[in-house]
Amino acid sequence: MFTKLLFIFLLIHIQFSYAAEWSGQLGIESRIFTEAAAFSGQEGDSNSIFFQPEFYYESESGNDSFTFVPFARLDQTDNQRSHADIRELTWVKVQNDLEWRVGIRKVFWGVTEAQHLVDIINQTDTVENPDGEDKLGQPMVNLSYITDIGTFDVFILPYFRERTFAGKKGRLRSQPYVDTSTTFYESADREKHIDYAFRWAHSISEWDVGLSYFNGTSRTPRFVLGKNSSGETVFNPYYDLIEQFGLDIQATFNSWLWKLEAIHLSGLGGSGASNFIGLTAGLEYTFYSVIGEATDIGLVIEYLYDDRGITIASPFQNDIMFGLRFNLNDEQSSEALFGMIKDMDFDSALYFIEASRRLGESFKITIEARQYSNIPVNDILHAYLKDDYIQLELSYYF
Amino acid sequence: MRSYLMIMGLFISGFNGLSFNVLAETAEEKGLAIAVEADKRDTGWGDQRAKLVMILKNRFGQESRRENRNKTLEVEGDGDKTLIVFDSPKDIKGTAFLSFTHALRPDEQWIFLPALKRVKRISSSNKSGPFLGSEFSYEDISSQEVEKYKYKYLRDEKINGRDTFVVEAIPQYKKSGYTRLINWIDKERYQPLKTEFYDRKNSLLKTLIYSEYKQYLNKYWRASRMDMQNHITGKSTRLEFLEYKFRTGLKDRDFNRNALKRAR
Repeated sequence: MFTKLLFIFLLIHIQFSYAAEWSGQLGIESRIFTEAAAFSGQEGDSNSIFFQPEFYYESESGNDSFTFVPFARLDQTDNQRSHADIRELTWVKVQNDLEWRVGIRKVFWGVTEAQHLVDIINQTDTVENPDGEDKLGQPMVNLSYITDIGTFDVFILPYFRERTFAGKKGRLRSQPYVDTSTTFYESADREKHIDYAFRWAHSISEWDVGLSYFNGTSRTPRFVLGKNSSGETVFNPYYDLIEQFGLDIQATFNSWLWKLEAIHLSGLGGSGASNFIGLTAGLEYTFYSVIGEATDIGLVIEYLYDDRGITIASPFQNDIMFGLRFNLNDEQSSEALFGMIKDMDFDSALYFIEASRRLGESFKITIEARQYSNIPVNDILHAYLKDDYIQLELSYYF
Repeated sequence: MRSYLMIMGLFISGFNGLSFNVLAETAEEKGLAIAVEADKRDTGWGDQRAKLVMILKNRFGQESRRENRNKTLEVEGDGDKTLIVFDSPKDIKGTAFLSFTHALRPDEQWIFLPALKRVKRISSSNKSGPFLGSEFSYEDISSQEVEKYKYKYLRDEKINGRDTFVVEAIPQYKKSGYTRLINWIDKERYQPLKTEFYDRKNSLLKTLIYSEYKQYLNKYWRASRMDMQNHITGKSTRLEFLEYKFRTGLKDRDFNRNALKRAR
C-alpha cells in the first residue's frame, strides 16, 4: 500500500508539477488512557504519527481540477490503527450546469452535530477517532446538475470500503475484537456490489433542505461471533444490502439554527428489526461577542432517536446531546467544545471536550478528551467503559 | 424610486444659492444624496476578483498574516454575492465563505469546512464579531448598500490635500456594533478616504484609512490598501488588495453551494 501510494505520488508530481501546488499536514498524536485496559491483549497509552499531503491542480479555465490526498498513520500499539488510505483522488469537470466528479472522494450530507444519520456515502474510519467524523475515501462517479430549483446529484459507487476497527491490542474496541480478515456480505458480489444514490438539495431564503436515497451495502455492519484463522473467538462484520431514505433540514433565523435529520432504513437481516426510523433534531443558538472583546458562546441541544429502542444496534436510541461551544475569534483561532450525550433510558452518559489553537503561523495544537460513564451492558459502548482518554495532537501545516 | 428622489434632491441642491433657500436641503438630504451618488458611480462593474492579504498587528507589534481570494458578483437592486477562499494560515487553507448580502434583511451565509467536506449554513447575526481575528468585523466587510444607513452631512474638510464631504452614517440594520460611522468622502471620486467607527457607547472605537486608490475600467476606484486601527485594544489590521480584475465572466452559478465545495 505504501509503495503504491509513493508511486502515484511521484507520478503525479512529474505530470503536473508546472501548474499545481502541494500542501498538507504532518502530525503527532498521543492518547493517554486514564484507566487500565478492560480486556486481555489491550495495551495502554499510544503515540502515533500521521501524514496527509494534498496535491491540487487546476486548469487555466478553472473548469477542470484534480486533487490527490493520500493519508497514512503509524500507531505505536495497534497495528489496525496503523493504516493508509487514499482520501481523495478526484477529477472534477465543470460544464455549465453539470459537474462531474470521478474518482475517490469524500462527501458530506446533513446538518446536525451529535451524529450524522443522513451522511452515508463514505465509510467511517473508526480507528482514527470514535466520534465517527473521519471517513475513508469512496470510489465514485458523481454527476451534479445545478438548477434554479436545487442541485440534483447522482452517485454510482462501484466499490465498497470496509469499516476500520481497532485491533486486539487497541483500545476503544469490542470484546471480543472485530477481525476484518473474515467479512461477510449479503451480496454475492461482496465489496464489488455497485451501490447508487441520489440527492436533491436546495436553499430557499432561511431554509436549507436535502432529500436523499441510497441503495447498496450498509456502511454499518452487524457483528457475527466466529473464529478467525488462528482459532480465536472474534466478531466478524456482516454487511447487509439496504435502502435508506434521508431528509435534512436547517432553518436559520438570526442567531437560531433549527436542525432536523431523519432516515428510514430497510433491508437489515439478522434477528433484529429489518427496518427502522432514526432521527436527530435540535437547535443551536449563538451569543456573539459576549465575553471580552470577541468570544462567542454557542449552545447546542439535540435529541437522538432510533425506533429500534434499547438494542445493541445503536447507542443513541433515546438520548440528548448538550454542547457548549466557545469561539475566541482571536488571531490563533482558539476554540473549544464541551459536550455530553445523556441516555434517557439509562444513567449512562458520554462526555467530551475538543479544543484547538493555532501556534505561530503553521502549527496547531488540539486537545480531545472522552469519558464513558455508567454505560450498561446492553449498550454497544459498554466495551469502552475503561477507555476514557485524553488526546493531544500537534500538527504542522505546509 | 427612493434613489430617484435623492438624485432629484441633489439636482435641487444645485439651485440653493439662487432660490433664497426656498428649496433648502437639510443636512440629512445632502448626506443621503452623497451616498446615492457614490453608489451610482460604483454601479455597473459586473464582477470582480482580487487577492487579499491581511496583516494583523497586536499591541506589541507582532504580526500575523492571512491570505485569501475574493470573487464578487454585483447584484443590482440587492446586495452583492461574495465568495472568499482562504489560502493561509495553512490550517484553514481551503476553507471558503459564501455570502449573499442584503440591504436590510439578514445576509445568507455558508461556510465550507474542507476537513469534513461539509457545507454549513451559518447565522449572519454576527455583524460586530471580528472577521478572522482581525480588526475588521463582518459588517465592515459586507456589501455597502445605501439603505443600510441614515445619513447626515456634517461639513467639508480637506484631508491629505483632497477635498471631502464629511458624512455621518447611522446603521439601520439589526445587531450593528456601532452607533454611528463618520465617513470622509472624496469630492471628486466619491470614495471614502477615512471612516471613524463609534461603538455602542458612542466612543471612538476604530479608524479606517483608505489609500493607494487605483481606477479600473476607466471608471471604478478601488483602494489598494486599508488600515484599520482599534483605539481601545491598540491592535491594527492592514488589508492589501492585489491583482484586481473586473468583468471576468463570473455568473450566478459561481456563487452556490456546489461552487463553494470546489472553490480553491
